[in-house]
Amino acid sequence: MSLWADKYRPVALARLDFHRDQAAQLRNLVQCGDFPHLLVYGPSGAGKKTRIMCLLRELYGAGVEKLRIEHQTITAPSKKKIEISTIASNYHLEVNPSDAGNSDRVVIQELLKTVAQSQQLETSTQRDFKVVLLTEVDKLTKDAQHALRRTMEKYMATCRLILCCNSMSKIIAPIQSRCLAVRVPAPSIEDICHVLSSVCKKEGLTLPQDLARQLAEKSGRNLRKALLMCEACRVQQYPFTSDQDIPETDWEVYLRETANAIVSQQTPQRLLEVRGRLYELLTHCIPPEIIMKGLLTELLNNCDGQLKGEVAQMAAFYEHRLQLGSKAIYHLEAFVAKFMALYKKFMEDGLEDMTF
Amino acid sequence: MQAFLKGPAAISTRPPAAKERAAAGAGSSGDAKRLKPVPWVEKYRPKCVDEIAFQDEVVAVMKKSLEGADLPNLLFYGPPGTGKTSTILAAARELYGPELFRQRVLELNASDERGIQVIREKVKAFAQLTVSGNRSDGKVCPPFKIVILDEADSMTSAAQAALRRTMEKESKTTRFCLICNYISRIIEPLTSRCSKFRFKPLSDKIQEQRLLDISEKENVKISSEAISYLVQVSEGDLRKAITFLQSATRLTGGKEITEKVVTEIAGVVPKEAIHGLLAACRSGSFEKLETVTKNLINEGYAASQLVNQLHDVIVESEDLSDKQKSTIAEKLADVDKCLADGADEYLQLISLCAIMMQQLTQNS
Ligand SMILES: Nc1ncnc2c1ncn2[C@@H]1O[C@H](COP(=O)(O)OP(=O)(O)OP(=O)(O)O)[C@@H](O)[C@H]1O
Ligand SMILES: Nc1ncnc2c1ncn2[C@@H]1O[C@H](COP(=O)(O)OP(=O)(O)OP(=O)(O)O)[C@@H](O)[C@H]1O
Ligand SMILES: [Mg+2]
Ligand SMILES: [Mg+2]
Repeated sequence: MSLWADKYRPVALARLDFHRDQAAQLRNLVQCGDFPHLLVYGPSGAGKKTRIMCLLRELYGAGVEKLRIEHQTITAPSKKKIEISTIASNYHLEVNPSDAGNSDRVVIQELLKTVAQSQQLETSTQRDFKVVLLTEVDKLTKDAQHALRRTMEKYMATCRLILCCNSMSKIIAPIQSRCLAVRVPAPSIEDICHVLSSVCKKEGLTLPQDLARQLAEKSGRNLRKALLMCEACRVQQYPFTSDQDIPETDWEVYLRETANAIVSQQTPQRLLEVRGRLYELLTHCIPPEIIMKGLLTELLNNCDGQLKGEVAQMAAFYEHRLQLGSKAIYHLEAFVAKFMALYKKFMEDGLEDMTF
Repeated sequence: MQAFLKGPAAISTRPPAAKERAAAGAGSSGDAKRLKPVPWVEKYRPKCVDEIAFQDEVVAVMKKSLEGADLPNLLFYGPPGTGKTSTILAAARELYGPELFRQRVLELNASDERGIQVIREKVKAFAQLTVSGNRSDGKVCPPFKIVILDEADSMTSAAQAALRRTMEKESKTTRFCLICNYISRIIEPLTSRCSKFRFKPLSDKIQEQRLLDISEKENVKISSEAISYLVQVSEGDLRKAITFLQSATRLTGGKEITEKVVTEIAGVVPKEAIHGLLAACRSGSFEKLETVTKNLINEGYAASQLVNQLHDVIVESEDLSDKQKSTIAEKLADVDKCLADGADEYLQLISLCAIMMQQLTQNS
């Protein structure tokens, strides 16, 4: 039994439910085998990976769906051994080099070269090149990105790259220059409603339009999230009703409660409690920038117009530091402490104005 | 992985049948292109020094060496897609001819291991190899070898320092060509040992000419307005311009290329979206600002691109005072740096917008 989000993932470009013009264009693009490397970018849950897999199928046929997961050991020139897992069909290889942490450069250097230099595909129905799909390239170190540059040019004839990421700003200019960038916007609220309805129909369920809309809006235009929430609703209650509760994930509730705790009291004691909660989130693998964004949104809801701008500055400032530093908790905590000080002062000043 | 590397010849799974592929819309792929399909950037990479456009100074030096003059150590620097790699490869090919090229030229780039030890050993071994002096076509072959260190700005300064000794030691037999985007990342003792050539972003006119040539050869339907728009969005990077041209051609499936398609593939944020953002800033409502910013991120636009475009709008704006412009410009610079450091796009954008809002609502 698989999740709806996986079960109903479209597998052909022609079957994609939204951004259909783009799907048709992509089909044109790969028809001649001389397309450039691709850099697919867009927000989480927009359907990038789905689109890429459809594209591969268009290129090579159903064979790309026969996937094998393999664990590779790559030996760095320094003799260090690096473990990494890859997903491959006969035609393509998918790897997330950032899994190797700071050794991502070695993964790129060794793996890509082996693939690019290895024997080419032969049979007449096949393409002359293979595809290597690199995911989360925005998490690559700069070193690893540089290592990609010349490789991308040298082996172009035998190996085409598809890079996938959320944040284009983290990709160095020479890599951007070597790719065709394909933007995948998040599906619109209507698009999501449409997908939800059709998935429910396939499951033999009727989904009230109002509920579909609420799900779509609550998902923040993230289709995967919308599908997961929809399935959770199904588990909770069926037949659906328009006004039924949409279950939230535990960590979202927890994060909101954390924000409330910050707003309701500004003391060293409370800061200590909040710190414990932040640790809890981090140990559950919630990425620190997601925590920061979640906190900001909740805190902005709770503060006055004048403060909002300042709070946004603070969040951006500490998140930047967090990316440069090595331990997220310091910077998250610094943000909270700074916010508490600002907020407390603002409230006290306001009180003074009222009494005098 | 093993199966993937060997290719399907070695495995039993059936390759996709022609029928199935045709049904999937792949069409007449098989027979049409036994010629290896290479993207246009590679297809139209200059094959000789004469084909290098716009970089006259360096072309002149390379030509002299083709006529028999000695070659200094070289340092090429400049933004992506301006012809650095192409120039040295074309020159080397002309100097040595296709057969000797392999023996005489060592290319080390960022995809190779370039630690101190590796550089020393590889370069030493290469420099010490004795080579035959004659080309099979009878032309004279220069008495030196060339080591190309492409993407040298990604070498650590320790490795660069080690290179300095190596360069001196092998100077009798070997010329070095260092290539980088940022000359500031090359240590001074190295830069001072080389003749430096800056590769400028290509002029619009030169780029347009190139694109027209390619369009003609590839039968692309494109108006001259669309060409100049294409050049404008590729910002002096000819590689980008060529990729855009090819992609636009393929994406539209041979129909006439329009400005809209070019805007999309270049990732340019539409004017309406920029104006929407500025209007939200002027409105003074932070809630509105949050919504608009979230939307921009959801649409997938790159924050760095937005920063670029906002910069143009702000600098040229007529209803902002110099003071306001400078405050915003300073924040833009700050955000640009943070983004390059890997900071979150949404947070940077919202903090930028907060400053813009503060400035734009000041005078009203
Ligand atoms: N065109 C589509 N039609 C219907 N459902 C889709 C479509 N595209 C994606 N989906 C669904 O949305 C979910 C998320 O898609 P996908 O995994 O491709 O997102 P992604 O952009 O790669 O996200 P992330 O950046 O978080 O990895 C998938 O589970 C899939 O079921
Ligand atoms: N001056 C030029 N004359 C002719 N073609 C050029 C020129 N500059 C760039 N090109 C085109 O752009 C492509 C890339 O150029 P090249 O690899 O030389 O760039 P580069 O300067 O080395 O860039 P990078 O810094 O990203 O390595 C070439 O294949 C060629 O098609
Ligand atoms: Mg994905
Ligand atoms: Mg180059």
